[in-house]
Amino acid sequence: MRAGDTNETMSAAAATAAPATAPDDWHLDLRGDGRRREEAIARLHGLLLRAARFEVSRRRASLPRLTGGDLDELAQEAADDAAMSVLRRLDDFRGESRFTTWAYKFALLEAAVKVRRRAWRDRELTLEPETWSQLEHPAPSPAATAERGALLAAIQEGIRTALTPRQRQVLVALALNGVPIDVLAERLGSNRNALYKTLHDARRRLRAHLEATGFTGGRR
Amino acid sequence: MTTDPDLDLTLLRLLGPGEPEVDCDECFELLDRYVDLELADEPAEEILPGVRAHLAGCPACAEEHESLRALVELDHLS
Repeated sequence: MRAGDTNETMSAAAATAAPATAPDDWHLDLRGDGRRREEAIARLHGLLLRAARFEVSRRRASLPRLTGGDLDELAQEAADDAAMSVLRRLDDFRGESRFTTWAYKFALLEAAVKVRRRAWRDRELTLEPETWSQLEHPAPSPAATAERGALLAAIQEGIRTALTPRQRQVLVALALNGVPIDVLAERLGSNRNALYKTLHDARRRLRAHLEATGFTGGRR
Repeated sequence: MTTDPDLDLTLLRLLGPGEPEVDCDECFELLDRYVDLELADEPAEEILPGVRAHLAGCPACAEEHESLRALVELDHLS
């Protein structure tokens, strides 16, 4: 596909069936020699490109300004990176799933991360709770309003007082401001797993704060 | 947690699943097995504990789980 192709073409490509290769053959062929291996790598790339196009197609609403060609270029880059990962980690495949399922996840990850980062490329990240509007929800009754108000006040206090600055920054960006974790990781020079651990610790501290102020599971 | 789905979602994002869960790297390592087990109607969460809770708490991993499951289901249909 070339620049200017339509999104419809992208969808059609994404829906194309996977190459019909037996799971065991994939693994054996990629470990083979010479032409057998070269052909297997070409088939693998086709498989990963299909998965990457599938993912880009699912997420294309977040990239309204990109043409079909731009989107396919993104999928191609994701497939290239995924192929490198699969070949580098071939020894990690132990046959506990279908080979295609194992390989697909690399292409889906690469494509999803590229789409998230492209969608947020020109957006400024808000890392502090400038407003608490994300925590404002209409309540069905005066009693519920009072209960909810107390819960949300306890949450705000917990975010302000129970967390380290880094935990507060990560929790607010991810949980309140909706920043994708891969985008935040890129901006902070970190990675998804490290940020999720920070988020996990922040959530644990916030839950402990709520329990100490009389709330359990969102109720007093 | 409450009677308000929107508030529940906000609380889930803020407080997480509140139960033992794997981290993102472990989730990625297990995701292919998890999806194949799910689609074979096997008890994926019993066999690979902590994945379901992580998917509830991590939107990025959850999106990739949904996509992998959908793609493999598409293969099963073809």
